[in-house]
Amino acid sequence: MKILVCIKQVPDMESHFRPNGSATWFDESDLAFRMNEYDEYAVEEAVRLKEQLGGAPEITVLSIGPDRVIEAIKKALAIGCDCAVHIKEPDVASKEPWQIASMIAAYARSKQFDLVFTGMQSQDRGSAQVGVLVAELLGIPSTTTLVGFAWADGVVTATRELEGGVKSKVRLKTPALVTCQLGLNSPRYPTLPNIMKARKKEITTLQAGELSSEKPLTGSAAFRHPEKRGSGVVLEGSVDELVEKVLVILKDKTAVLR
Amino acid sequence: MKLLLVGEYREGRLLDTTAELLGFAAAISGDASLFLVGSAEAVPAFSGTLYLADAKVYGEYNPEVHKQLLLKAVQEENPDLVVFVHSSYGWDLAPRVAASLKLAQVSEVIGFAGNAYEVGCCNAKMHRNVTPLTSKAVITIQAGAFPALQVEGTPSVKVLSTDAASTTEFMGYEPAEARDVNLAKAEIVVSAGRGIGKKENIELIRSLAKAFGGELGASRPVVDAGWIDHGHQVGSTGQTVTPKLYVACGISGSIQHLAGMKKSGFILAINKDKDAPIGEVADVLVVADLLQFVPALTAKLS
Repeated sequence: MKILVCIKQVPDMESHFRPNGSATWFDESDLAFRMNEYDEYAVEEAVRLKEQLGGAPEITVLSIGPDRVIEAIKKALAIGCDCAVHIKEPDVASKEPWQIASMIAAYARSKQFDLVFTGMQSQDRGSAQVGVLVAELLGIPSTTTLVGFAWADGVVTATRELEGGVKSKVRLKTPALVTCQLGLNSPRYPTLPNIMKARKKEITTLQAGELSSEKPLTGSAAFRHPEKRGSGVVLEGSVDELVEKVLVILKDKTAVLR
Repeated sequence: MKLLLVGEYREGRLLDTTAELLGFAAAISGDASLFLVGSAEAVPAFSGTLYLADAKVYGEYNPEVHKQLLLKAVQEENPDLVVFVHSSYGWDLAPRVAASLKLAQVSEVIGFAGNAYEVGCCNAKMHRNVTPLTSKAVITIQAGAFPALQVEGTPSVKVLSTDAASTTEFMGYEPAEARDVNLAKAEIVVSAGRGIGKKENIELIRSLAKAFGGELGASRPVVDAGWIDHGHQVGSTGQTVTPKLYVACGISGSIQHLAGMKKSGFILAINKDKDAPIGEVADVLVVADLLQFVPALTAKLS
């Protein structure tokens, strides 16, 4: 059995974001990057399946971007992926979902993966498109937003999160692709021995341009802080001052404090 | 502009969000038709063309089958824009249709100007404009972004069918878990978010809730981490609350969370990140370390 896990490296969401020169996306300088949170669940689920099957499946982890993404790749290897593919694309921010999916599909097409795991979306772009597009380009069934996953005898049984706490259960035959929702499992932290072991695992580098030359289907502009909708006030200062100010406001503006 | 709206139908019932598609169509002054895998016995009020496939035959959501049905409607209608709600149905089906037709897709649209669509990014902290570079496009609209619109009329129904093979077998639904905490009726809700840092700090928030005489809520990451049970979760996959006072402690304010609490009477947010999207809906945003601020506020209230 061969498994592919697709991961993205994204900035820490608590960062202060500034537009880049053309305001198409954020300025990367001063940002700390980490693995996309949804993808942590994808990596964990793949590793759990490998463990369930006595270590037999081979897990390849794939990431697209400049050299900084190797850090996210190494984390996935330390968690339990076996080998890695780094699709080198220095200007990954200018690549939109169709182009990203085309690169992944071009790589995966001849590799006969039985299962592909992705996060349901990225924290920064949030399009929730890439996973499904990859499956469509590969011509394999897919399902999204998993909060439950089981595999037996070539069949995936998946629990999808719908709205209002309702879930649905679906079954699909492999080869298949699934996208993972937060809460699917409890992602583990890599241990020091596993981080050391991961250093010996192979990372293959491919050039993005050699995989796909698809043109973008969308353009991006006006990356900005949202216009403030409310008339909210922002309070800063010492804790004691803040507490006093908040109590005055609550007494004045709400009927709940007297 | 010709729009094909993709309505949602589940277990014999048209979902309310379908009215938001009509709201979007009105906002953009589009000429709308509607696609639905639903029932001929209960067609929605609508005055355009309804492309209807029978849910009894084509079932609850089935990606490959619904895609083929929708592609037939697209072929016949030739719309400029295929519009979905950004829901478990829409975000699953939209990219399949976009891929089949090689069309641009813009996800989770909250506004538009000309042919540029405004969307959130970076966990809703930032916005940007996305423009399709294909002449026709697929979009999903954020639930709640466009006001629901009730329309009148009787649609002219065109029945769709397909013999497409199913690749995904629908097994059934699991109902939402029973809740032992009723936040919907609380006058004051004090919620804990990821910013509390660790499980033990839930007690700080619980004490504040108690001092206010309110109920304890939580955001999704806190529930996912197992720090508190799902009954406390506020948001689109938890409970929707409208208390007189909502206190958000260390909650950044994802779209899903905001959907569950933004109609509260007064929103007090405590966050160390001044740019956190919770600031968009908060009446007061206190920029502070909540581990210091919350106990101090609790002490003053008690």
